[in-house]
Amino acid sequence: MTISLQAFMAQLTIGLIGGCFYAMLSMGLAIIFGLLNIINFTHGAQFMMAAFLAWIGLTQLGPWLGYPNFQISFWAALIIVPFCVAVIGMAIERLLLRRLYQLDHLYGLLLTFGVALVMEGGFRHAFGVSGQGYEPPELLQGPFDVGFMLLPKYRIFVVAASLLICFGTWYLFERTKLGAYLRAGTENPRLLQAFGINVPVMITLTYGFGVALAGIAGVLAAPIMQITPLMGGNLLNIVFAVVVIGGLGSILGSMITGLSLGLIEGLTKVFYPEASTVVVFVIMALVLLVRPAGLFGREV
Amino acid sequence: MQKRLITGAFGLSLAALTALPSLAADKISDDVVKIGILNDLSGIYSDFTGKGSAVAAQIAIDEMGGKVLGAPIELIAADHQNKPDIAANLAREWFDQGKVDMIADFPTSSTALAVMEIAKQKNRVTMLSAGVAMAAITDKCSPLNAQWMVNTYALAAGTAKALLKEGKKSWYFVTADYTFGHSLEKDAAAVVEADGGKVLGTSRHPFPGGDFSSFMLKAQASGAQVIALANAGSDTINSIKQAAEYGIGRTDKQVIAPLLAYITDVKSLGLAKAQDMYLTEAFYWDYDDRSRAFAEKYFAKMNRMPSASQAAVYSATLSYLKAIEGAGTDEAGAVMAKLRTMTIDDAVIRNGHLRVDGALVHDMLLLQVKKPAESKRDWDFYNVKAVLKGEDVFPKPSDACPLNKS
Repeated sequence: MTISLQAFMAQLTIGLIGGCFYAMLSMGLAIIFGLLNIINFTHGAQFMMAAFLAWIGLTQLGPWLGYPNFQISFWAALIIVPFCVAVIGMAIERLLLRRLYQLDHLYGLLLTFGVALVMEGGFRHAFGVSGQGYEPPELLQGPFDVGFMLLPKYRIFVVAASLLICFGTWYLFERTKLGAYLRAGTENPRLLQAFGINVPVMITLTYGFGVALAGIAGVLAAPIMQITPLMGGNLLNIVFAVVVIGGLGSILGSMITGLSLGLIEGLTKVFYPEASTVVVFVIMALVLLVRPAGLFGREV
Repeated sequence: MQKRLITGAFGLSLAALTALPSLAADKISDDVVKIGILNDLSGIYSDFTGKGSAVAAQIAIDEMGGKVLGAPIELIAADHQNKPDIAANLAREWFDQGKVDMIADFPTSSTALAVMEIAKQKNRVTMLSAGVAMAAITDKCSPLNAQWMVNTYALAAGTAKALLKEGKKSWYFVTADYTFGHSLEKDAAAVVEADGGKVLGTSRHPFPGGDFSSFMLKAQASGAQVIALANAGSDTINSIKQAAEYGIGRTDKQVIAPLLAYITDVKSLGLAKAQDMYLTEAFYWDYDDRSRAFAEKYFAKMNRMPSASQAAVYSATLSYLKAIEGAGTDEAGAVMAKLRTMTIDDAVIRNGHLRVDGALVHDMLLLQVKKPAESKRDWDFYNVKAVLKGEDVFPKPSDACPLNKS
């Protein structure tokens, strides 16, 4: 099969954009797993909830309140919504997850899975399944001509924003004192407590931070994808594969794997579209055979 | 003596009078006509079927006065979760213990085919108002089944013929990679090629998909005049939405044509993104006074307009009840025989007649999505471009269906 250089470049670009979402979402999962030892199955639902909250703020809130012209701007939503989602997440951590830390991983997984189903069901009941959408801000509408294709400005913004967020997160966890505390907390929480650090609060905030990453991704995704209660669940399977390939708990691993798998998936869509969702899992299986801890994971 | 005769006659006629209703009810099994709605109440197809279908059936029951041949009409609804095994179990229970006489809807064709088989064994009726698979009227056809709206061929043929007539001869398909998508693509491609058109290529995407930009860019690069979407629901919506981002399908040289799109999809997309698109539907609420009258009744209960498949449930229920009235019994074979002699013409179905293989042949509408400025109110989405005659869009009776041979 022949493909022009132009089309090839276009597909690479699209793959990279998809990869940004994978990277952002899997990073949140990696952080939560790394520090809480919880496989956060609500991540997809939290991503979906953020998209819905942004949609409500951008298009529905005004009419509901009786001021049809009132709306939260996209930029404000980008801050407010992840914050709200994080607060809800922290409430879940405090009320539910906290009780399970002594138990096996499986319990956390089941609980978060259940919570995700409840959240999905709630949104489905309230808003139906066909989905909603909102437009990107005016500043980012329309395409740029990048020579080989017309690239929507909004997608360029998404790439820039998510690279920035990914890098910032990596820096925070791997290069700052706070990050050192957090990592120490996973190794030996009692010791850290002895140094006068409130470990339970730290854990809650960390969970909130991971969820906020899903929240940002949700707000960014909504103008591109249809906002439906199922959007998170569909994406989550792939994101989990990304985390496994990158190495559970490895922040750098999830970032690099997310981006590269986006590229690989993009190319598969050109050469053999039927396999485009499977390719990630094939790679996952191969990686698990060769390096069970993942590409960037620490062998235990 | 005379006095005795008079009282005797009086007594007899009184007995006859009281006996009349029970006589009629004797012709109704279990003394009740029970209609079951089996569909997706919570999943991806719940917006265009779901609870709204049961509401539509209830409107038909109310129009009949809640009774047929003196027997009460009851309605029951359940979620088949788009799974054939769940649908089959529910149907069996409904037929055996639930006194259900007819089951309608089935937004997933696999569930419809499973229940059709059981209904045939139990001598009950199925009406596929949302199930569109061709198998229901070809190799899997049943004498006790009616496909009460459309099939993939009619959907594809309507849009394809209209676009071919406009000179759009080269096509590219973006297809959901499962039975439904393949069938829709195959039917449309056959129409395109029969009319001298050409299929330039196909992308088959996993179901459900997330980002369709790659497929749409590939379709754009093919240079085809028509990018046909052989998918449904959120896949269709995302394809159109993401194509709009890249400016695909916005020129006279290239258009996007969804082969299956419901009014709920257009509602979700918004007119700005969906404008100018062609699609084929069997029902549009704003078509004429009769359709509007039904739609307003529905709107009063659901606060939204009915989709074509919800409207079809109304029509199927109403026609079924009228056929019972006409046949004087609810015995499945007699009801179906009566239905085949009737001309179906109601608020939803026009110029319809039920073929022996179960295909309901009737007029279809070629619609074009309005520009945002043309729309005067919510749900005012389409311009009716043409009324397509049933004979032109529905497939010919298939040899694969044994009923067609007799």
